[in-house]
Amino acid sequence: MLKITGVKKTFNAGTINEKAALRGLNLTLNEGDFVTVIGGNGAGKSTMLNAIAGVWPVDEGSIFIDDINVTKLPEHKRASYLGRVFQDPMTGTAASMMIEENLALAARRGARRGLRQGITNSEREEYKERLKILDLGLEERLTSKVGLLSGGQRQALTLLMATLKRPKVLLLDEHTAALDPKTAAKVLDATDRIVSKDNLTTIMITHNMKDAIVHGNRLVMMYEGRIIYDVAGEEKKSLKVSDLLAKFEQVSGGEFANDRMILA
Amino acid sequence: MNITTLLNAMPGACAQGLIWGIMAIGVYITYKILDLADLTVDGTMCTGGAVCIMMMLNGQSVGVSLLCAFLAGMLAGLVTGIFHTAMGIPAILAGILTQLGLYSVNLRIMMGKSNQALSVDKYNLLVSLRYVKGVPFYQNSIFVVMIFILVIIAALYWFFGTELGCSIRATGSNQNMSRAQGINTNTRKIIGLMLSNGIVALASGLYAQYQGFADVNMGRGAIVIGLAAVIIGQVVFGKIRGNFAFKLFAVALGAIIYYLVIQVVLWMGLNSNDLKLLSALVVAIFLAIPYMKGKYFAKGIRKGGSANA
Repeated sequence: MLKITGVKKTFNAGTINEKAALRGLNLTLNEGDFVTVIGGNGAGKSTMLNAIAGVWPVDEGSIFIDDINVTKLPEHKRASYLGRVFQDPMTGTAASMMIEENLALAARRGARRGLRQGITNSEREEYKERLKILDLGLEERLTSKVGLLSGGQRQALTLLMATLKRPKVLLLDEHTAALDPKTAAKVLDATDRIVSKDNLTTIMITHNMKDAIVHGNRLVMMYEGRIIYDVAGEEKKSLKVSDLLAKFEQVSGGEFANDRMILA
Repeated sequence: MNITTLLNAMPGACAQGLIWGIMAIGVYITYKILDLADLTVDGTMCTGGAVCIMMMLNGQSVGVSLLCAFLAGMLAGLVTGIFHTAMGIPAILAGILTQLGLYSVNLRIMMGKSNQALSVDKYNLLVSLRYVKGVPFYQNSIFVVMIFILVIIAALYWFFGTELGCSIRATGSNQNMSRAQGINTNTRKIIGLMLSNGIVALASGLYAQYQGFADVNMGRGAIVIGLAAVIIGQVVFGKIRGNFAFKLFAVALGAIIYYLVIQVVLWMGLNSNDLKLLSALVVAIFLAIPYMKGKYFAKGIRKGGSANA
């Protein structure tokens, strides 16, 4: 489904700010895998998602989605295979446009945008149904500007937009980190429902180790631009937060003790 | 100060304001929809007129001439678009570069002369300052330009409702989101810049006919007048909830208000040389209002605001 081989990326190469963010990353996802990703600050989690999404070209290595080599494709072309939800609720939606217009934009991901109507009446009915899944009452506010919604509502809408047209891979970049705990739980709940309903192949970054264990069927831990721990199935289910902490300590020599994930 | 002088000048000011209203609608596309400040228009506000006048002098019909003016404007927008997207030059600078280059291009179009006149007696013009009073209404410049505005607004209303138009609006609203939804933001910016400059050049073609000549300096400061119209339209009619077509119409009305005000201050004795200074100050103040409101007049200052204000 998704195959990342030997991907390397260095930012600001040749300057004092040089940062090797990905150092030979390898990851293969099977159809329907729901992988949670944990790791300290600067471990390369978000960089990995950006590499998959094609925000910038990688220095080395290759990325295949469904046997299609996307390594050299620009961001907007890869978008037809990917659904993305970002950490910042402002990033995923167009604030000055209506809810229905945002959804209509997402429904045309990967399609040619010509001079046909930007949104049709039959679509509006469909969006109403889809919005009910979120259970936020947004189905009654199709013509509201997205800028009027709360962060949690916007994030839930982004999630719906990312999955409106079934993506081959769904990328969730700490999509609940900016939300209050109650809203975060609601958005995570919606995530679980949508992912399992459509059996989506998903990568979810999180800083919350409990979430990383509870959600998904597989868990990977990143450290210094590589994956250092990859666990699935029964073994993952039986994991405890203390196990993950011990693992962190082991690879990093205690450096994680101060990291904010310990608070999670 | 004779009030009849002022009243006599009003129809002309209206016609002029409406023509600049078309121009301001072009500015609205880049400034409001695409969220780019495009300074190319100072150049295209002359290019359109130059193309139109020269073609008519060479025997082309007014329709063909205006169409070519529109296309010439689109070409200028394309250049700015390529500077900005393919070459990564900041939008403002890209516009300034095109604008500067256009100065030479405009002189070339006008066969090296800085001014080319077109007599209303010899040519069949659509609009002219002679046609604002004492002609049948269908020949009146105010009526003719009004038709232009309505057609342009209708066309833009349709266009920005299409899939392509929506993707341009999305690009102006949030580029990250647009790319994540598979929109090529670079081509959308280029299309928007081309459309905007095409409309500005069309306005320029009409304006050159109206005043009876094209001048290499006729576009100087055009962006400021365009912005003034956009902002006045927004401030005066912003409280009225209206759809996109209404917002565009408000921009055109903003341009009329601008010209009426200019007419009044000139009548009151302002030296016309000081006009550009006045325009710049007025636009600066209007641009500053939203910022100053937020910074110096915090929420709750209005009646019924929170008690601890």
